[in-house]
Amino acid sequence: MLSLKVQVRQVLPDLAGDPWRSQAETGAVRRCFRPPRRVTAANIMRKGADMKTDVLIIGGGVIGACIARQLSRYNIDVVIVEKESDVCTGTSKANSSMLHDGYNVDGHKLKGKMVLKATKEIYREMCDELHVDMKLCGSIFAGFTDEDLATMHKQVKMAEENGITNLEIIDHDAMMIKEPHMNPTVRYGLYNPNTGVLNPFELTMALAENAVINGAKVFLNTEVTDIKVKNQKIDAVITTNGVFYPKVVINSAGLYSDKIAAMVEDVDFYVRPRRGQYYLYDKQFGGWVNHCIYSPPTETSKGMIIVPTTEGNILAGSNAEMLDDKTDFSTTKEALDEIYNTMIHHLYPDLPRVGDVTTVFAGLRAASNTEDFIIEHARTVRGMINLVGIQSPGLSSAPAIADLVEEMVRAVGEDLDFTKKPDWIPGRPKPVILNRMTYEERSQFIAQNPDYGQIICRCESISKGEILDAIRRPIPATSLDGIKRRTRAGMGRCQGGFCGPRVVKILEEELGIDPTEVTKRGRDSRILAMRAKELALQEGGSHEKIKL
Amino acid sequence: MKKLSYDIVVVGGGPAGMAAALEARKAGVEKILICERGGKLGGILEQCIHNGFGLQYFKEELTGPEYATRFSDQVEASDIDVKVNTMVMDIQEDKKVIAVNPEDGLFEVETKAVILAMGCRERTRESITIPGDRPSGVMCAGTAQRYVNINGYLPGKEIVILGSGDIGLIMARRMTLEGANVKGVLELMPYSTGLVRNKVQCLDDFGIPLYLSHTVTKIHGKNRVEGVSIAEVGPDRNPIPETEVFIPCDTLLLSVGLIPENELSKKVGVDLDRVTRGAVVDEKRRTNKDWIFACGNVLHVHDLVDNVTEESELAGRAAAGYIFGTYAPRKNPITVKPGNNIGYVVPQSIRYHDESQKVIRLYMRVRNPQENVTMEIKDDKGEVLAKFKKDIVEPGSMVNLALPTMKLTEDMKEITVSVAE
Amino acid sequence: MAKTNIICIRCPKGCHITVTHDDDRNIQSIEGFSCPRGEEYAKTEFTNPVRVFTSTVRVKGGDLDLLPVKTNGSIPKPMMMDAARESCRIEIEAPVKIGDVIQSNFCGTGIDLVAARNIKAI
Repeated sequence: MLSLKVQVRQVLPDLAGDPWRSQAETGAVRRCFRPPRRVTAANIMRKGADMKTDVLIIGGGVIGACIARQLSRYNIDVVIVEKESDVCTGTSKANSSMLHDGYNVDGHKLKGKMVLKATKEIYREMCDELHVDMKLCGSIFAGFTDEDLATMHKQVKMAEENGITNLEIIDHDAMMIKEPHMNPTVRYGLYNPNTGVLNPFELTMALAENAVINGAKVFLNTEVTDIKVKNQKIDAVITTNGVFYPKVVINSAGLYSDKIAAMVEDVDFYVRPRRGQYYLYDKQFGGWVNHCIYSPPTETSKGMIIVPTTEGNILAGSNAEMLDDKTDFSTTKEALDEIYNTMIHHLYPDLPRVGDVTTVFAGLRAASNTEDFIIEHARTVRGMINLVGIQSPGLSSAPAIADLVEEMVRAVGEDLDFTKKPDWIPGRPKPVILNRMTYEERSQFIAQNPDYGQIICRCESISKGEILDAIRRPIPATSLDGIKRRTRAGMGRCQGGFCGPRVVKILEEELGIDPTEVTKRGRDSRILAMRAKELALQEGGSHEKIKL
Repeated sequence: MKKLSYDIVVVGGGPAGMAAALEARKAGVEKILICERGGKLGGILEQCIHNGFGLQYFKEELTGPEYATRFSDQVEASDIDVKVNTMVMDIQEDKKVIAVNPEDGLFEVETKAVILAMGCRERTRESITIPGDRPSGVMCAGTAQRYVNINGYLPGKEIVILGSGDIGLIMARRMTLEGANVKGVLELMPYSTGLVRNKVQCLDDFGIPLYLSHTVTKIHGKNRVEGVSIAEVGPDRNPIPETEVFIPCDTLLLSVGLIPENELSKKVGVDLDRVTRGAVVDEKRRTNKDWIFACGNVLHVHDLVDNVTEESELAGRAAAGYIFGTYAPRKNPITVKPGNNIGYVVPQSIRYHDESQKVIRLYMRVRNPQENVTMEIKDDKGEVLAKFKKDIVEPGSMVNLALPTMKLTEDMKEITVSVAE
Repeated sequence: MAKTNIICIRCPKGCHITVTHDDDRNIQSIEGFSCPRGEEYAKTEFTNPVRVFTSTVRVKGGDLDLLPVKTNGSIPKPMMMDAARESCRIEIEAPVKIGDVIQSNFCGTGIDLVAARNIKAI
């Protein structure tokens, strides 16, 4: 287990502007952020001590992280427990990465209210404070038939009911100007300038890091196994990593929020995973797609999307399959074929089925039986707030949900001190991203720290310095995927084939662990089985071959 | 930013880069810089500890590191400058190369010519979109080779290999010698894509089965690989569902193809061949940018390092010739076109007069295996310029044909290489 | 009479050669080759198949942890796994020069195991 309380408020006067190293010249910040030089795997997995806290947030997804940041403004102890080895590993990680304005959502539902409240201005401010890339690229619903045009008119009306009046229906010629690579048989487009994209992992990480900088604690590899109730109040939360005694529990456990809620009382809601599969295309297609493109609904699908990501890839998906297994992130040939044939190839005929595909992956949306967000107090127990069924547009709604949850915490946590911290910091150390710098800026960074001059990931040009930063950040990367998500090392066209062995070595040295303990993403996902030169000397072993 | 000046910058210090640099030096070029992204010269040969290198070039059988050492010793003994741990970030139109390393930081090299020798990368699971879970334990054979031979760790104990490319076959033997159980190799195509020699010595010797027309249909295991579903494929290469079976294993190695690493080339505007995915070059290995040359696996993927060396020496001499203005251009550049059952031909054109060059070697791969064939080089009038009998041609073995330069006339605009029908 | 199938590796063609022999492994006939080199290969491969063995051994105090090694001649094919196990037991100290004998008379074959690269001491 890694407790990540970091007392750095006093030494971080202004985090908004400066990159990490330059404001860390005294070395104070760097030392503070750096975990002990030799964090062993045993440290990371160590049993947590029993602990009192004001608020315990279950789940380190975008919602949990956003609430943690919100509450970190006040004199309240905040703890996040996350069952995986990193934040943002569930629904928040694998989705369309779009920021919706809510134009096509029922404004009377809770999810409609939330998404409409979290305006792009609010989002822009939050992303600027946190140094998170957000691109307001706009969206277009591509129409090929008269039916599609009718749907567009309906959507324009729906948007107006939601107070959004700047949508525009455009014709073929305007479409081809906006999207030159699109299938030229497109006839109409519903253009919405309010839609944006961001990297959900980057946002979740930034929110959680900011919370940590402002005093919150994050416990990774910590799974809640039971919640004890006494006198109709929350008493204790039992985890695989110690017992917590919170005054208020916030259940933002995503796919598992129904299970957590049911630890406290009988509930009438449930979460069923709805799987969506995606293609991520190589950066060589950067610039091919300029807006988030909605495909028209078909008989079998209510429409899919193609998105230009903030990193310059193209993301395309997804279908919708109801599953029972909340851990089934597998992709299937059937779905990938369907997505490609009915959508990708139809909209952008030149995008390939295989070849320059960086990766394919699946995400699980946490769909509730009501198909709406459920954000409410536990009915029979005081001090428990459930957030259930937060699927799309959950990412877009996060700031509004955090506001709502703050009000709910105020309502049940009378004895909490809601005095604002005078020294609350809105930002976080800006990650050093050499790729985005001019050559001169880069040179200065390398002069200060030669590790920035050692390229480890050649596809994305990521340096050893950036990888070390990721391991030393307020929420450290401890696995290959952790490094990949923070730095993009291994995210490129060779998918870590070249840098993998080198990153394993860096993790091994920096965390002081054996190479066989390095994982892809925590748990049992070890990269290497054992040292060479040992297995051949062992007796026995299997010699069974494939027999067909 | 530090500024340097050289006559030739060679990008990559593997077998291609070393041979090109040495040959350019021999031809009289004085200031040569090799930028190598790894910590040592040698490139991928460093991890290719098996033997079989050098049969053509040195007439003896060497291991990869031995083959590399023959060249790195020469480079080290020469006045060629080498910068290791150095990544070339950009090649600019104004003949400036931008590179970075920990010692010099970011630096700029003004140069007269550039030789591209960056090698290739492996095709990934992702690029062939094998469905299923995304556990650890799925890796490219070359990555596994590095873990085993350099880092000293085994990726797993129960191995299935997809793809009969040479690295996959080599790793089947390597893992077996390290005590792992290699359960079998699957190949999507109806023929093996690696060298026969490797199939016999790496699979047959150890009783490892090779199943042609088979593929992995699904990867199982949420954290670590627990097994793979495999199936036979039909003539359309689609899996036949009734043949699908589950094979337990903890590791899936992939040897499903190599792709020249041409991101730098693309950025500076070098034209690429759609088939080879390497630069379009003339017989001097010169690209459409007259000061940029390409050789080795960055140009097209070779089976034998010996061919890489020969090609790179040619490119090195040519870069020197360019600097010294040695070669006179032909009246018409001759386009070299792939004909019947030919996938690609390198070079794609012939552009110069060179008295010293009696033959021009055309390197190619066929699309489909064929036995007892005649290969022909014809001119634009259908006249046969040269004929070659081959017992066997197959996509896994590069063919090279020697075209006598005396057969080329000043009016010729196109020649076609084909397998006679 | 028994038949043994051998795939020729002298060229990419990979001829399937059949060696017919008696119970004492005396060759009666060789069929299926398409050149003299193939016939010769089949004969050697049938009577005494040999291979060059390559692997790595552990190194202490070097700029690499493993030293690539090879036998500087061919050893009998059936000895490959014995050779593999033996190489796992070897550990040497840096520096090493290419061609250095790491173990002479490797596995009693009369052939030496030699270093296939230089390793500097650190």
